[in-house]
Amino acid sequence: MATVMIDLKRLGDVKAPAGFAERVLAHAGVGDSYAVFETVLGPVYVAWNRLGVSAAMRSTSAEAFEAWFRREVGRGLVRVAPPADLATRIEDQLEGKRRLRFDLRGLTPFSQAVLMKTLQIPRGQVRPYGWIAREIGHPAAVRAVGTALANNPIPYFIPCHRVIRSDGVIGNYGGGGPEAKKSILTLEGVQLKRLQDLARSGLRYEGVRSTKIFCFPTCSHGRHVREENFVYFHDEGEARRAGYRPCKDCRPAAA
Amino acid sequence: MEGTDGVFERLVHDHQDRIFALGLALTGNRHDAEEVAQDTFLRAYRALGTYSPERVRELKQKAWLHRIAVNVVRNRMRGVRPRLVELNGCEPARGASPEEDALRRIEIDELAARVSALPARYREALVLRHVQDLSYAEVSEALGQPVGTVKSNVHRGLKMLRGESNGHGDD
Repeated sequence: MATVMIDLKRLGDVKAPAGFAERVLAHAGVGDSYAVFETVLGPVYVAWNRLGVSAAMRSTSAEAFEAWFRREVGRGLVRVAPPADLATRIEDQLEGKRRLRFDLRGLTPFSQAVLMKTLQIPRGQVRPYGWIAREIGHPAAVRAVGTALANNPIPYFIPCHRVIRSDGVIGNYGGGGPEAKKSILTLEGVQLKRLQDLARSGLRYEGVRSTKIFCFPTCSHGRHVREENFVYFHDEGEARRAGYRPCKDCRPAAA
Repeated sequence: MEGTDGVFERLVHDHQDRIFALGLALTGNRHDAEEVAQDTFLRAYRALGTYSPERVRELKQKAWLHRIAVNVVRNRMRGVRPRLVELNGCEPARGASPEEDALRRIEIDELAARVSALPARYREALVLRHVQDLSYAEVSEALGQPVGTVKSNVHRGLKMLRGESNGHGDD
C-alpha cells in the first residue's frame, strides 16, 4: 500500500530535461539565443535576446562560447537557426551603416556609460581613453574606462577597438590581441602609421589653418584638408593660445 | 518590463522541475510533459505582462502555475479519448546514465503512464496532492474545487491506482 505513495513521491522528484529553462526563456524572448555568423572579421558567435545583441565573440567552438557566455553574462544560451535578416543587420552594423540595439543588463552603470559612449565613435576614427572618461563625467577614471572596455561583452559591435592610448600605442585588445585591433582599424580606414607618427612626436591634435579649429587626428573634418594646411599641437593650451577652438564633433576638449 | 522578465526568469528556474514532473504525471510521457511545461510557462509569461506589480508580488506562484498546467493538459486532452497505458513512450536516458538510473527511469515512466490513464478528475487531484505534494488547500485552489471534493477524488484515485498495481503483479 505504502509503496504506491512512495512511488508517487518519486514521480514528483523527476527533473526537467537539460536546457529546458533556457529553451523556455528563449521562446518567451527573455533568454538569449545565439548563432555563428560569417562576417568581414571571419566567423563570429553572436548572442541576442528581445532587448538586442547581448554578446559577441570569436570563439574556437560552440562549447567554448557557451561556457564563456555563462561565465561572463551569467545566463543560459540556446543555439538557434539565425533569423533571416539578422546576418544582414550584423554586416550593416559592422560596416557602420546601421545601429543595432544592445542588451547591457548586468553591467555596472559606469560600464554601460563607457560602452554607450564608445558606440558614438564613428567608423574610421579613434579616441583616447581619457576622452571617454571626460565625456561620461568621470575625467579621472581613465583606468576604469580601460577595464570596462577590456570587459566589453560585445566587441566589434561596440567598437572598443576605436579607443586607443593617447601616446599612440595600440593597447591590448580582448577581441584577439593588438594585431587584431590594428587590422580592424586599418579595415575601417584609419591611417595607423600617420596616427602613430604624430603620437610619437607628442602631437595630439591637428588644427586647420583656415577654420582655426583643432581636432583629434582622425576626425572627419580633416579628411579633405591638404597636409600643408594642418598645424599640430601638443596639448589643448598650445592650441588655444594659437587662437584655435576645439571641434564640436570630436570634442578634443570641453568647449 | 524588465521587472516582469526578472520575475519570469526566476519563476522558470524555481519551478521547472516541479512543472515538468506534473506534466509527466498528467500526460504519461516525457515528450508531452515537456510541451505541457513549456506551454504552461509561456502562458504564465503572457499573463504576468498584464498583471499589476502588486498582483505579481502577491501571486502564490506554485498554486498559480499548477492551475495553468492543469488547464493546459485539459485543453490538450479535450476530445482525445483516454489512451491505453503506453509503456514504450520512454526515450533513452540522457547522457551516460548508469544502469541503475536507467532502470529507475523506466519504472518512473511506467508509473507515470499508469497515473495518466486514470480518469481526469481523479488523476488531477491525486497528482497534485501526492506527486506534487501540495496541501489540500492548495490543490483545491489550483483545481477550483472544494476541499471535500478534492479529498474524495484523491482517495478514489489512489484506490484505482492500487487496484491496477495489483493487477500488474506488483504485490
